[in-house]
Amino acid sequence: MSESLVVPTMAEMLAQGTQPEVLFWVGCAGSFDDRAKKITKAFVRILNRTNVSFAVLGTEESCTGDPAKRAGNEFLFQMQAMMNIEVLNAYEAKKIVTACPHCFNTLKNEYPELGGNYEVIHHTEFLKSLIDDGRLTVEGGQFKGKKITFHDPCYLGRANKVYEAPRDLIQKLDVELVEMKRSKANGLCCGAGGAQMFKDAEPGNKEVNVLRTEDALEVQPDIIAAGCPFCNTMLTDGIKHAHKEGEVKVMDVAELIANAQDL
Amino acid sequence: MSYLDNILFAILLVVGFGFFAASVKKIIRNINLGVDVDRKDNPKARWKNMALIALGQSKMVRRPVAGILHILVYVGFVIINIELLEIIIDGLLGTHRIFAPYLGVVYDVLIASFEILAILVIFAVTVFWLRRNFIRLKRFIHSDLTGFPKSDANYILYFETVLMILFLLMNACDLHLQNVPGAVFYKAGTFPVSQFIAPIFNGLSNELVVLLFEAFWWLHIVGILIFMNYLYFSKHLHILLAFPNTYFANLKPEGQFDNLASVTKEVKLMMDPNADPFAAAPVDENAAPSKFGASDVQDLNWVQLLNAYTCTECGRCTSSCPANQTGKKLSPRKIMMDTRDRLTEVGKNIDANKGVFVPDNKTLLNDYITPEELWACTSCNACVEECPVNISPLSIIMDMRRYLVMEQSAAPMSLNAMMTNIENNGAPWQYSQQDRLNWKNEN
Repeated sequence: MSESLVVPTMAEMLAQGTQPEVLFWVGCAGSFDDRAKKITKAFVRILNRTNVSFAVLGTEESCTGDPAKRAGNEFLFQMQAMMNIEVLNAYEAKKIVTACPHCFNTLKNEYPELGGNYEVIHHTEFLKSLIDDGRLTVEGGQFKGKKITFHDPCYLGRANKVYEAPRDLIQKLDVELVEMKRSKANGLCCGAGGAQMFKDAEPGNKEVNVLRTEDALEVQPDIIAAGCPFCNTMLTDGIKHAHKEGEVKVMDVAELIANAQDL
Repeated sequence: MSYLDNILFAILLVVGFGFFAASVKKIIRNINLGVDVDRKDNPKARWKNMALIALGQSKMVRRPVAGILHILVYVGFVIINIELLEIIIDGLLGTHRIFAPYLGVVYDVLIASFEILAILVIFAVTVFWLRRNFIRLKRFIHSDLTGFPKSDANYILYFETVLMILFLLMNACDLHLQNVPGAVFYKAGTFPVSQFIAPIFNGLSNELVVLLFEAFWWLHIVGILIFMNYLYFSKHLHILLAFPNTYFANLKPEGQFDNLASVTKEVKLMMDPNADPFAAAPVDENAAPSKFGASDVQDLNWVQLLNAYTCTECGRCTSSCPANQTGKKLSPRKIMMDTRDRLTEVGKNIDANKGVFVPDNKTLLNDYITPEELWACTSCNACVEECPVNISPLSIIMDMRRYLVMEQSAAPMSLNAMMTNIENNGAPWQYSQQDRLNWKNEN
């Protein structure tokens, strides 16, 4: 990790009179959350290595409004959306990639009606396309032979029916991909969605993330792969709750790919 | 004098269908209490959904045991109703098995398949009863179903069993009377199931068996008419409403929540640098004062209300709900049941007050659904994905959250903090927007 990251902003690109191939929407978690920042950097290392021309909005990026909308605050959501759309349209953004399924869903499905029309893809789909186009080659590396299970983020899976891209990527690593008893369309939520990440849970007899972590631990994985910074937090907490942090790791698919290539 | 039966039968039909038509009219009136939403786009995809999901039962078999048994009952219901056509014509004309001479072998095959289906329906319904009352599957002994809903489910199973038994007994009498010396009835149909019942009538006088036949025949048709009229008071309307419900269901990605148009208008005005902030609001005499979100059934859209009448309380949504599985109060099935119960109550209020709703100091929010239930939702869409007839409890939960937040400012404290952060610094946490790219240089 000695080489420093090259992260151009859209403003810098515009100043040079160029357009990136893709705009990387980092998201709030990817920008500020310590754990999620590692995912952001892993993804950027892959982009740098494969010479993908990309740019971020940097300080011009703002929350997509997803948690506000799911909490019921449509005003705040639409204000965020319209401000972001103004910025994105000013830069003539065409293609957006993001490592957060919540940003992904909101940008892809809820912005078009408000004037923001972009091709929006999740980072696992983007990485898959890099491999398909021969721009990225992946070998198992340190993960060879490991047992990995993938937790479907609700806003990637059920909400947008992206089930295969993250699995295809994991399988490139020469690992044993095992499915939990509930996966894909039947996947159980990690407990963070619908703005739950930002509040205490209602009274009950268990936390949702603990229940989901039990699903994962049942298949005795070495690694639980996630594709969402919030799922990552919830499952990491679940692993701690089960006192398994020594044995089982929670990693984003981008981190798996980056680490396998020793990036 | 000999026409008495026919006249009685005609009166029975008119009364039965008349009451049913009145119920249907009420249901349509109540559904139309909801606000408008356009679900007429893309008819091709809608017909396809209806064909696959309602007609084809494609989502039922996600749970194979219940799914396959349900298909037996469903196919039985649809096919055996062909026989109903003959029964009605016979009843009106005073004929006996009027189709038999015209259909020949086809008639034999039809009657035989009705009988086999009838016995399969009895089998499936028995298993359903066992699952509810003996095996006691979790979703069937759930607190949502305390009281009438639990009895309702059993009544329906009893009704179906009795109707099938009457149908088979009726055929058994018929077969017996076809075979007695001097055959009372002419030969018609093959009876693979009731041939085993027929011998119980051996030794009885022909007059008595004819009487029994007539009794079973009448009880069967009267039973069907009663069952049809029971639908309105039960959870069983799905046998009809599953079709429109799957047709009008949401076609967009499950993750896409609607953008409130009334909010868009306000936000655009707010962001327009040329708008005069002190200008009086444009007066529109016809515009109803807009209310954000839903606190009662009239604020929901008509598809959500159709959803409520369609729900048959199977509980697949609740059994897949992460909040419910972890002991929270939220149950998506209860959201649908509450919506239907409140809608029925509002409908009765309108009936009692000559067509106008008189406020009753009750609302769907608080009196039926509590904020605690609404705030437990993770918006994961498991309930929507599970529903065999594409009902969306989630959309109702979201509309009610919108009311809580935008009309009542009644979000949980921590969510208010999150929203304040988004407003002030463009992130749900208290980090400055200026620091958004700091990760680039951190190690």
